[in-house]
Amino acid sequence: MSQDMSEENLPERHGSEGHEVEPHADPFADPGLPPHEVRRTDIDERAARRAERQVALLFTVSMIATIAFIASYVAFDIDKIVFIWPFGHVSILNFALGITLGVALFCIGAGAVHWARTLMSDVEVADERHPIEASDEVRAKVIADFKQGADESAFGRRKLLRTTLIGSMALVPLSGVVLLRDLGPLPEKKLEHTGWDKATPASPIKLVSMNTDEPLKAEDIQVGSLVFAKPQGLAESAENFQEAIATDAVMLVRIAPQDIKDRASGKLGFDGILAYSKICTHVGCPISLYEQQTHHVLCPCHQSTFDLSDGARVIFGPAGHPLPQLAIKTDTDGNLIATGDFNAPVGPSYWERA
Amino acid sequence: MKKLSARRRHPLAALVVLLFALAATGGLYAAFAPAEKAQADSSSQSLAIEQGKKLFAVGCSSCHGLNGQGTSDGPSLVGVGSAAVDFQVGTGRMPAQQPGAQVPAKRNIYPQDQIDQLAAYVASLGPGPVTPTKDQYTSSDPNDVAAGGELFRTNCSQCHNFAGKGGALTNGKYAPALDSTSPRHIYEAMQTGPQNMPSFPDSVMPEKQKRQIVAYVRHTAEAPSPGGMDLGSLGPVTEGLFGWIFGLGVLIAVAIWVAAHTTKAKKS
Repeated sequence: MSQDMSEENLPERHGSEGHEVEPHADPFADPGLPPHEVRRTDIDERAARRAERQVALLFTVSMIATIAFIASYVAFDIDKIVFIWPFGHVSILNFALGITLGVALFCIGAGAVHWARTLMSDVEVADERHPIEASDEVRAKVIADFKQGADESAFGRRKLLRTTLIGSMALVPLSGVVLLRDLGPLPEKKLEHTGWDKATPASPIKLVSMNTDEPLKAEDIQVGSLVFAKPQGLAESAENFQEAIATDAVMLVRIAPQDIKDRASGKLGFDGILAYSKICTHVGCPISLYEQQTHHVLCPCHQSTFDLSDGARVIFGPAGHPLPQLAIKTDTDGNLIATGDFNAPVGPSYWERA
Repeated sequence: MKKLSARRRHPLAALVVLLFALAATGGLYAAFAPAEKAQADSSSQSLAIEQGKKLFAVGCSSCHGLNGQGTSDGPSLVGVGSAAVDFQVGTGRMPAQQPGAQVPAKRNIYPQDQIDQLAAYVASLGPGPVTPTKDQYTSSDPNDVAAGGELFRTNCSQCHNFAGKGGALTNGKYAPALDSTSPRHIYEAMQTGPQNMPSFPDSVMPEKQKRQIVAYVRHTAEAPSPGGMDLGSLGPVTEGLFGWIFGLGVLIAVAIWVAAHTTKAKKS
């Protein structure tokens, strides 16, 4: 449609008799409040009384529900299970407590809303805006009071007081700065090491099964099986167990040697037995959703997927590093042992990580 | 002796020594090797194997090969043991309906005696996990449920969920829910590691621990949910979704309903 309008399409500027039409009044004039409309309850006393009874009924139901709550707490046995459609088999106590408390609270709210809508005044009240600034007298008085206070304190005259006050105020925040020291000390090399770090070729640490608490032997681990291990000496009753297992946890799998694609990782293992960290390198979730046919391990948190047959390479997901591997061997009794720490820092990446 | 020593450089001497050595080794082995259980000799067992072979030829051999040696469509069954057959056929997974990411459980079409015959035949192909007896997977100690729960959370819950409700894996694979799996099949799955599940042989998870895990799984499946509607026992994910959609949804609907109904005498 064209924006150009021919003259005859414009509204007539002149009356039929030739003199000027009254110009429109201010098009943005305040229309004012719409006229107040009454409710039935405002004009019909019977309707008002009915509304009052409804509100009172809701409040009464709430009271009854509260009493029913107390009664069901006393009456029902916590172990009693009943069938209630559509919830299935539920504890009658849980069900009764939930329903009665819900009804009690709902009826208070519903009654209050009904009261406000039907019986409380709904006349519109306009509160005109007013300037924010204070009046001239108030401002003059505040300024005068301030000047008087400044004179009486002699802040401007006694320069020694002023300087030392400013100095003390400037130093106080230093206490806060000093306390920041408590955020440290820096972890230094702590993030690079786990409990396996104490293992050396001279004093190796045995891999102990999380299930049986017994040292694992190489022949215990079959192709396709999965077992979790911890360093020997780490007892579940130990005070730091949770902290230690969060870095020391190991999952052991056995892959047929011809299926191991990454030679280097195969060499760190023993006859196809590979020991990998159980901690995801993305944000440190425990990760052990192992698929024995594909040799993939899936992290349940963000779906990072690692291929244990290929050096735990990341094949999907947000993880940035392969899972750290623990080099294992056997001692003379056939027990699996570690002679050092994981081959990379365990867990998520951090700034100083090499 | 002198005669013997004189012929020690004879061209055939090495061969003779070798024959003697082989005979000695074989004889010693025969004398000292642990005697195989004489199962195959009992006539009912060999009959079962015979029957099993026939059933195998009809139902299984198209994928697993006529002698269970495996083909491009199915793995070799040598050494999987009778427990694997009892699990795979007993849960209806085998015979498989179609190839895919994972073979699902479905209605089992074999009666138990035929499954036993198939298992006997496959067990005869090579030693493997043996179908457990009832007292291996039936627990009588009430403390087993708690111990089993701890083992379940260490070994199983990563895939099967802490309440045994199952979960997703990669590329269409999944860990099935354990609610309706029978104790024997749970036990056999741990023994044999069906499909992508790793196995938990007795060497890393003794029989007693398997029994405890079975006790925990059955207890969890049968225990009622006191709050009703466990929403798949998936924890805060489904509970939060339900709360946000239905809880808040009902509140919003009530608020809209209240606002949509005027109390004015003159309805506009």
